[in-house]
Amino acid sequence: MAINWYKYASPASFYTLAGKMVPFFTILAIGLLTIGLYIGFFVAPTDFQQGEAYRIIFIHVPAAWMSMFLYVVMACWAGIGLAFNTRLSSMMATAIAPTGAMFTFLALWTGSLWGKPMWGTWWVWDARLTSELILLFLYIGFMSLQAAIDDPRRADKAGAIIALVGVINIPIIYFSVQWWNTLHQGASVSVNQAPTMASVMLTGMMVMVLASWMYSIAVILKRVRIIILERESHTAWVAELRKKGAL
Amino acid sequence: MLQGINLACVRGDRRLFKAVNFTLEAGGLMQVHGPNGSGKTSLLRMLCGLSNPALGEITWRGFSIRDLKNEYFSNLTYIGHLSGTKDDLTVLENLRISSALAGERISETQARDALAYMGLNGREFLPAKVLSQGQRRRVALARLLVCKTKLWILDEPLAALDITAVKLIQELLERHLAEKGLVVMTTHQAIDVAAISAVHLRLV
Amino acid sequence: MFFWIIQRDLLLAVRRRSDVLTTLFFFVIVVSLFPLSVGPEMNLLRTMAPGIVWVAALLASMLSLGRLFSSDYSDGTLEQMLLSPQSLSILVLGKALAHWLVTGMPLVVMAPVLGIQYDLPADALFVLVVSLLLGTPVLSLIGAIGAALTLGLRGGGVLVSLLVLPLYIPVLIFGAGAVEANMAGISYDAHLSLLGAFLLVSLVLAPWAIAASLRVSLE
Repeated sequence: MAINWYKYASPASFYTLAGKMVPFFTILAIGLLTIGLYIGFFVAPTDFQQGEAYRIIFIHVPAAWMSMFLYVVMACWAGIGLAFNTRLSSMMATAIAPTGAMFTFLALWTGSLWGKPMWGTWWVWDARLTSELILLFLYIGFMSLQAAIDDPRRADKAGAIIALVGVINIPIIYFSVQWWNTLHQGASVSVNQAPTMASVMLTGMMVMVLASWMYSIAVILKRVRIIILERESHTAWVAELRKKGAL
Repeated sequence: MLQGINLACVRGDRRLFKAVNFTLEAGGLMQVHGPNGSGKTSLLRMLCGLSNPALGEITWRGFSIRDLKNEYFSNLTYIGHLSGTKDDLTVLENLRISSALAGERISETQARDALAYMGLNGREFLPAKVLSQGQRRRVALARLLVCKTKLWILDEPLAALDITAVKLIQELLERHLAEKGLVVMTTHQAIDVAAISAVHLRLV
Repeated sequence: MFFWIIQRDLLLAVRRRSDVLTTLFFFVIVVSLFPLSVGPEMNLLRTMAPGIVWVAALLASMLSLGRLFSSDYSDGTLEQMLLSPQSLSILVLGKALAHWLVTGMPLVVMAPVLGIQYDLPADALFVLVVSLLLGTPVLSLIGAIGAALTLGLRGGGVLVSLLVLPLYIPVLIFGAGAVEANMAGISYDAHLSLLGAFLLVSLVLAPWAIAASLRVSLE
């Protein structure tokens, strides 16, 4: 097993491995997404309090979960890359960031769409929405820092430091926003608290969460492949691929 | 004492050099030659521990400099392209502060003596911003007189210096080498330094 | 060595007094812009005052971050600091504290005067000063990480704000919150204790992160 690990830690072999994995996860993602959306929109009953509008949680909740989870995963990969100087883990971190930011944006967007029928405004300074907004800023900071640095190795390490500082700060930020929110009793309605959830709704949501996972894995692997090619473009194995017409 | 094993340097997509090997013993002088852009400064920064080699290892007294860290730094004086002089400080303050940073607190008399040796007599209290390039270089090099380190790594120490100053540096280097010190330097000018062992490293 | 580096940075600041004054005037101007934009209604201004002063302090301290390492970077002193046998974390802690003494301290001193402009009561002014006293060193410490990471990058100034401002949010919430709590007549001890906790945590962790960032940026 250990031998396999080292083998796939090299960008060249991971490139091939990832290539084989991408279609598998893509198919899973599409399948689960279809099932999840079907349950969400056709099977799950209408909520007697919120009407049809509640159905957006099938997208909103998975997106919000993924956005936070992916930041932690990104920070982990970046930290491993910084500590052990492994190039592939840093590339993983770089590949995760856009997907994480996309989910954060999706969570904000659907949250605001849900807010309109619920609270009558597009935006409420609710603790969760605000935390999500700050998370988006953290993703943007990470990506702009990496984009501003020309040398990829320096970009990896600088990104890792800011991601780690961010991950230490996330609980503090979340806690302070929560405190701030209770103090200023603005909106007390919490986005994610559906009062009682029918088991069908729960199933639908879980399927959607799984679909988001599969989607993230597929997209991130795809992106890592591109990053590997970009960084290794001067190496022999990429030249070999090019000669074979595989690119 | 100082050894480089199979060093390689990569900048972006380009490999600057590879398979660089050398050994430098006490009293040894290593001159690094090569055209512009061949990686001389990169090599010196690696030897200082400022950057890590893409491949290979640098050892000091048999131990990797990455593990020695501060212990290695206390044996080392590096004078790079940038002289490290602050425009707003006087010449004297500059020398005393840069020595203190290197771990060597010096008295005002010591600092004045070193500056006098470097031909900066009467300029001790001028702010560094009024100095010429050559004079700034002399201020930076004055640190070599006060810091009692074993290994000197000098990047183009003779740049902007006039003939008298070059002569001073030459004497300084010879004295250091005679006292079993080590010197690694790059230079485009020809300089004759008598050393027990002289290594010439050519980067292409 | 720690005091030595503080002494050096203060000496440099004294030689370049204008830099200190620019930050201070920036702070004063930003705070004075708000009544002009929302109108001179005193009750409204009084409720907004803690937030305004704190946001202005945040911006002022962030704007001065550029100077923290950039001159040492461009003249080669930073390289020498990295090669110093002294611990780099201690050196950068000294630099961050010197930066606070030069940019944060004047803000703390100036804040009561600006508070009076907003008709804050005396005890609220006191809480404002204490909260700034505890909070602004955290801003300098966290900001130094951002400044170290963006050394020598194109557009470093704007980038540093993207990196650092989200991390400033907890300090802002509790800093302004302490003053608001005092004005609302509730206890503000918890706010100040939390600010103090942030200060301790950042005193321990930030120097390490700053040192690591500098090594990355100078490689």
